[in-house]
Amino acid sequence: MSTLSAGHEDHHEHGPAKGLLRWVTTTNHKDIGTLYLLFALVMFFIGGAMAMVIRAELFQPGLQLVDPNFFNTMTTVHALVMIFGAVMPAFTGLANWLIPMMIGAPDMALPRMNNFSFWILPFAFTLLLSTFFMEGGGPSAGWTIYPPLSLQMGEGFPFMIFALHLAGVSSILGSINIIVTILNMRAPGMLLMKMPMFVWTWFITAYLLIATMPVLAGGLTMLLTDKFAGTSFFDAAGGGDPVMYQHIFWFFGHPEVYILILPAFGIISAILPTFARKPLFGYSAMVYATASIAFLSFIVWAHHMFTVGMPVVGELFFMYATMMIAVPTGVKVFNWVSTMWRGAMTFEAPMLFAVGFVIMFTIGGFSGLMLAIAPADFQYHDTYFVVAHFHYVLVTGAVYSIMAAAYYWLPKWTGNMYDEKLAQIHFWISTVSVNVLFFPQHFLGLAGMPRRIPDYSVQFTDWNMISSLGGFVFGVSQLLFVYVVFKCIRGGEKATDRVWEGAHGLEWTLSSPPPYHSFTTAPEVR
Amino acid sequence: MRIVSSVLVVCLLTAGAVAHADFALNMREGVTQTSRSVYELHMIIFWVCCAIGVIVFGAMLYSIIRHRKSRGVVAAQFHDSTFMEMLWTIIPIVILVGMAIPATTTLLAMEETGDADMTIKVTGIQWKWKYDYIDGEASGISFLSSLHPKHNEARMLGSDVDLRQFGDQYLLDVDNPLVIPTGQRVRFLLTAADVIHAWWVPDLGWKKDAIPGFINEAWTQIDEPGTYRGQCAELCGKDHAFMPVVVVAKSPEDYAAWVKEQKGSVAEAATEALREWTKPELMAKGEQVYTTVCAACHRPDGQGQPPVFPAIAGSAIANGDAATHIDVVINGRPGTAMVAYRSILNDVDMAAVLTYQRNAWGNAASVVQPTEIQAAR
Repeated sequence: MSTLSAGHEDHHEHGPAKGLLRWVTTTNHKDIGTLYLLFALVMFFIGGAMAMVIRAELFQPGLQLVDPNFFNTMTTVHALVMIFGAVMPAFTGLANWLIPMMIGAPDMALPRMNNFSFWILPFAFTLLLSTFFMEGGGPSAGWTIYPPLSLQMGEGFPFMIFALHLAGVSSILGSINIIVTILNMRAPGMLLMKMPMFVWTWFITAYLLIATMPVLAGGLTMLLTDKFAGTSFFDAAGGGDPVMYQHIFWFFGHPEVYILILPAFGIISAILPTFARKPLFGYSAMVYATASIAFLSFIVWAHHMFTVGMPVVGELFFMYATMMIAVPTGVKVFNWVSTMWRGAMTFEAPMLFAVGFVIMFTIGGFSGLMLAIAPADFQYHDTYFVVAHFHYVLVTGAVYSIMAAAYYWLPKWTGNMYDEKLAQIHFWISTVSVNVLFFPQHFLGLAGMPRRIPDYSVQFTDWNMISSLGGFVFGVSQLLFVYVVFKCIRGGEKATDRVWEGAHGLEWTLSSPPPYHSFTTAPEVR
Repeated sequence: MRIVSSVLVVCLLTAGAVAHADFALNMREGVTQTSRSVYELHMIIFWVCCAIGVIVFGAMLYSIIRHRKSRGVVAAQFHDSTFMEMLWTIIPIVILVGMAIPATTTLLAMEETGDADMTIKVTGIQWKWKYDYIDGEASGISFLSSLHPKHNEARMLGSDVDLRQFGDQYLLDVDNPLVIPTGQRVRFLLTAADVIHAWWVPDLGWKKDAIPGFINEAWTQIDEPGTYRGQCAELCGKDHAFMPVVVVAKSPEDYAAWVKEQKGSVAEAATEALREWTKPELMAKGEQVYTTVCAACHRPDGQGQPPVFPAIAGSAIANGDAATHIDVVINGRPGTAMVAYRSILNDVDMAAVLTYQRNAWGNAASVVQPTEIQAAR
């Protein structure tokens, strides 16, 4: 988007190509970053529309709008679209835009592969959404696709599997690119322990992706052969084990939830110091905490499965390991608070979203700690308490960090300041409504309402109505975000190179908007 | 937050949209030793989180108010303190260890399923439960437990039934509840016939997955007579929301009376299975069985929901040779949603439902007698 105005330097030999084909053939990290971000935005609204259907049906007891199977399809595809289509591509888009500019490189290391890894995604999600029009409808067994239930799906089943395979291929290619870029393209003097936190967190995230995506792909392929090739990996009648699928899935699934949050940690660690005008507190502790969280993510998966009937020793191990995660996560939160402490803070939109992130992500962390206690989890598991927990971590966590990042770097990307007043209104409406939406879901879960149900007993009505109202307001208020973003792309007050008074880092030494090839000569990092 | 909710609540109440305010906030303490221990753990960890929250959010709030550029402060430039890093690593570890000890004790007690007074097998079936009394005086009692027909009617898309008449029991009532005696340690063996379900009664303090091909164990001991309600907690398909669990705990005397009554009907069923049934008898009983067992997938009009659930009306199997039809129902269709009803339906019910399927909705085929089922098993 920024590069639309780059025509003024015509002597530049590698400007963007003209016309729409530019976006198809581009190998430029900024163009590809933009494509990823726009794709994520579209998916955010598609997934959001499904959430609106869910909240509308749950507004009151009884079935009013959709039949139960379609409701299950909504919860399933909402999750798949939001996780694989919105949050992950948004982070990859940010990585594409920012990593070369942050480490002093001209572009990503593998530009053609970069193009390929993006253009897989539209096909993957067209395939996924096309299942709605097939016999038997879209996927309805939950985003976890547990067999044997998932094997009862209609003709959309193999299409869903292939869609997820493609999304996985895209993630793996993107991750390889990020690792290669970070290891090979850093400017002289940009030692590993001098890299910005966002680069560090993405570096670790990329390894998590490479380690876990093939595991998911394996599990999905086993589902496919169980359905079509007569194997019985997950069918007890043929000597298989349905619980084995859950182990495979969550061995991917738990690192996956950190894939969805580690880049957010990096973003927040960039924004808080800028607006506190004070360096990040405990940089090296932050790096080690991120690495510890990544390591722990591989040994806690079965806490998603406390009720499947594991041996008690297994339950104890996974409970203790899960509780341990609170330690490095706590270090992060304490360091953020210390970064704010005795700073000279101002509260522009990125800072509002970042502070909102720290508070609400911590609330999600608290409910996570409660869920770690296995005996208590026997009550919480598969209730709205869990729904509240992961939406606090993913919506007011991951999504808030993406919005913070968008407001923070938009002036750099476009050369224009966004409308600060509207952005702050967006923050306040979102923050009030998102809490009205998700906080009562804690109460619903504790009172005994299971998740993934289209209809519920009368005593759950009141909180559900409130939650739905919050949901509608939150959904509509995101249109304001789109308006602010596109208004900023089209014009506005010119941004300076540094944009924010307290901003530090190589990306702020470039012009706003930055040149098409970020650093053609490597900068010197002291 | 609270203020916003309160305002919304007031709006809703005045609009008359809500019949009764029931803003439950917390977990129920439940009625067993286990559920009370779980509740205690829940409250301890909740207060620990609150305490940490007060410290963290308090520091943030103070900082947000005091350390603003608009107040003319100059930012300090400190960015490291090994002492602080150590402090906020070690203190949480100590808290977590303190938390792990009671959690471990409770977990070990919950998982100790031996030494039971009686055993009940629980089977999850899309979308109902089957209870088999394995041992003791009740041994041999076996029945299906599905959503109460009145609720089932009310929950249909576009039904005009006023749900408020059911109150807090809407979707949490069944035709045949599980009955257990008070004061006895009851062991549950949980399994499933088709997909994974989870058996959950919040007042007992736990839920446990029911997994096809595997048997999970759990136990409870209820001391007060009463009716305790819950529902399936693991997504099990279209009607996941509509398979409640109801446990009625009866005093030993009342329980003995209930067992005697059930035993009577078990014996009666055994003699009934041996006699020749007339077609009208089979059709009448068959319709009942079809409604509770088959209709959720194959629809009340036998049209099914292709491609997953085929139509029975006009199908080759239902209009063809009885032996094939019996085989499909007894053994199921591996690899599809059609489970084996061998151990779910007795001879009379299976004969009746087969006869009904073969002679309803324009189908015209033979009558199936209970004795034929017995022979085919």
